[in-house]
Amino acid sequence: MKLRISHETTYRYGRPIRNLVQSLRLTPSVFEGQKVHEWQIDVTDGIRGPGFRDGAGDWIEGWNVRGPVDQVTVRVQGRIDTRDMAGVLRGHREVVHPLTYMTHTDFTQPDDALRDLANSVNGTSDNLDLAHRLSLQISDSIAFQNGVTANNTTAAEALALGAGVCQDHTHALIALARIRHLPARYVSGYLHSTIDGEPHDAAHAWAEIHVEGLGWVGFDAANKCCPDERYVRLGSGLDASDAAPIRGVAMGSGAEDMAVAVQVEELAQ
Amino acid sequence: MSYYNEMFEGDQVRDPYARLREWVDTMPDDFRQMKQAEAEALFRRIGITFAVYGEGGDPDRLIPFDMMPRVFEQAEWRKLERGIKQRARALNAFLRDVYGRGEIVRAGRIPARLVYQNEAYEKSVVGFVPPRGIYSHIIGIDLVRTAKDEFYVLEDNCRTPSGVSYMLENREIMMRMFPQLFRKNRIEPVDQYPDLLRRTLESVAPAKCEGRPTCVILTPGHYNSAYYEHSFLANLMGVELVEGQDLFVDGDFCYMRTTTGPRKVDVIYRRIDDPYLDPLCFRPDSMLGIPGLMNVYRSGGVSICSAPGAGVADDKAIYTFVPEMIRFYLGEQPILNNVQTWTLWKDDDYRYVMENLGDLVVKEVHGSGGYGMLVGPKSTKEEIEMFRHKIKANPSNYIAQPTLALSTCPTFVEEGIAPRHVDLRPYCLCGDRIELVPGGLTRVALRDGSLVVNSSQGGGVKDTWVLSE
Repeated sequence: MKLRISHETTYRYGRPIRNLVQSLRLTPSVFEGQKVHEWQIDVTDGIRGPGFRDGAGDWIEGWNVRGPVDQVTVRVQGRIDTRDMAGVLRGHREVVHPLTYMTHTDFTQPDDALRDLANSVNGTSDNLDLAHRLSLQISDSIAFQNGVTANNTTAAEALALGAGVCQDHTHALIALARIRHLPARYVSGYLHSTIDGEPHDAAHAWAEIHVEGLGWVGFDAANKCCPDERYVRLGSGLDASDAAPIRGVAMGSGAEDMAVAVQVEELAQ
Repeated sequence: MSYYNEMFEGDQVRDPYARLREWVDTMPDDFRQMKQAEAEALFRRIGITFAVYGEGGDPDRLIPFDMMPRVFEQAEWRKLERGIKQRARALNAFLRDVYGRGEIVRAGRIPARLVYQNEAYEKSVVGFVPPRGIYSHIIGIDLVRTAKDEFYVLEDNCRTPSGVSYMLENREIMMRMFPQLFRKNRIEPVDQYPDLLRRTLESVAPAKCEGRPTCVILTPGHYNSAYYEHSFLANLMGVELVEGQDLFVDGDFCYMRTTTGPRKVDVIYRRIDDPYLDPLCFRPDSMLGIPGLMNVYRSGGVSICSAPGAGVADDKAIYTFVPEMIRFYLGEQPILNNVQTWTLWKDDDYRYVMENLGDLVVKEVHGSGGYGMLVGPKSTKEEIEMFRHKIKANPSNYIAQPTLALSTCPTFVEEGIAPRHVDLRPYCLCGDRIELVPGGLTRVALRDGSLVVNSSQGGGVKDTWVLSE
């Protein structure tokens, strides 16, 4: 697919802030499934700092805003070609050892329910098959529902609720995979449309599970599928916080209000 | 168990101690008491009352200073020095490797799990090579002696080893109180340490730095138990002592706030732990760190000493593989011994340890400061049984080692002088060169028969002499 992406995040502060520093993971990954034609990141009143590719293959950019300002907008615009790789992250250059992704974080810390669910899948000796079935378990156990979870909800809490959004499905699936000794990580990115053709107007997240011999394979438990040409991959981490597209800290932040607008449009051939 | 007494060979006083023996024998009792009081007053006045890092306890308590120096001959020291430098090279080679291709893991010499699932392993710095490929710039290596020519490494400290201010102060105070001793004995100096440290830090400035690098010491603040040492070293090196709030990131670099405006910082000798360095990379709730610092670091705008992630080399489980590292990276045989170590997550080791608890020392994998450990031969049956339960509950949390016959040094006690057990922590500096000052910090177990030298457990410190040729 040829996609045009526009992603705007606006922070409004109750009182003016100074010395805002951000770390942005907002540039598409380089692998066989993606080819970027044009990509631009801009931060209002911002100074572009260091940019580099980290060991996990993500392009990271530091920005800072000296201020004082009471509003900051992070604007991303670009065009990208995507291909269906059946979820396999082929041709992605990274040097982080998969075992590094066996470490649980606060978001993925297993409880008995997660352990039981992970261990309920049996009768398979094939890790790819196991990964698919773990993903199905999450799709069936956590209904997609907006507004019932928050951005600090853990995998265990989401499973107990039986409902959540893509972040919750992803954390829960990562927890299950790690319980079954499969390295797993959180991936942030964009989604053009859901399987029924509905446009997806928010940032998206899914999991990647490392399968020996095949490498990293994406699983979107929230949408009961593997990433294909409708997906744009930005970066990864141990959990949502580690993989966050935008991380920032400012001096003297009062109340912060955030508005996000994402558009992923298909361009005519 | 018999112990090697560093002062005697049979009934004979060994050469390096001959003059000290004379000094002690001719010292009147009241003079000794007067000097001991004087030493204490001096330490109080300087304000050196901190606990050695991680040991807890009252931070304002004075660590007892023993006036009887510990002495090494030149030849003894040369061998130690070679062994320590060898270890320092291997540890840095290991760090360079596991944050790169991981050859030692691929070669099957170290289990992947121990490296990549180690809580000190930092995913965020994988693939980034710091200046000169040095990750650990100040390595404190804890040594014990068991015989004339037998030294064992107890542990490596690759992050921010503390205690070097004691090494410097002990010497300072001895020289002030007993100048005649330093005229009679030819003792290698240690007071060049701050200059060497500064030179080491400057030698690892990032490539983007032009002119003489600006170095700072980053401290968590005056509530930290080692704050005294931070300010002491900053002072002696002539660099600024800063806290997180004094530094900020702007564009590609890190700056410190000064009264005359922002000043670019090139090298940060940090005395805070990895998770608190940068809330944008590590703990989002950290108030100590500098937002954006890790991005500047990873793009070569600033150097951080020790490098974030260096802690993976000094874990007690990784420790057992240091001799392997020396053979693998340097193609050399280890000069210093490792202590045989049983890891309780292995079935065979577990069985052996449980059957021999009374003879072994058992430690927590992540413990420090002499807490949470069992010294079998010095424990009661009840204490051993209590510890057995703790191990059973979580075997992978423990390692065991044979009880080492730590050497003794003559030490001033109530009744005159008597042998007390000692260890040694030299400080190895790694930059464009690898060097260490002759000596280090000698800790002494002041309680009769005790093998635990930690200050929280009744340990004291001594001046450590290396005699010139």
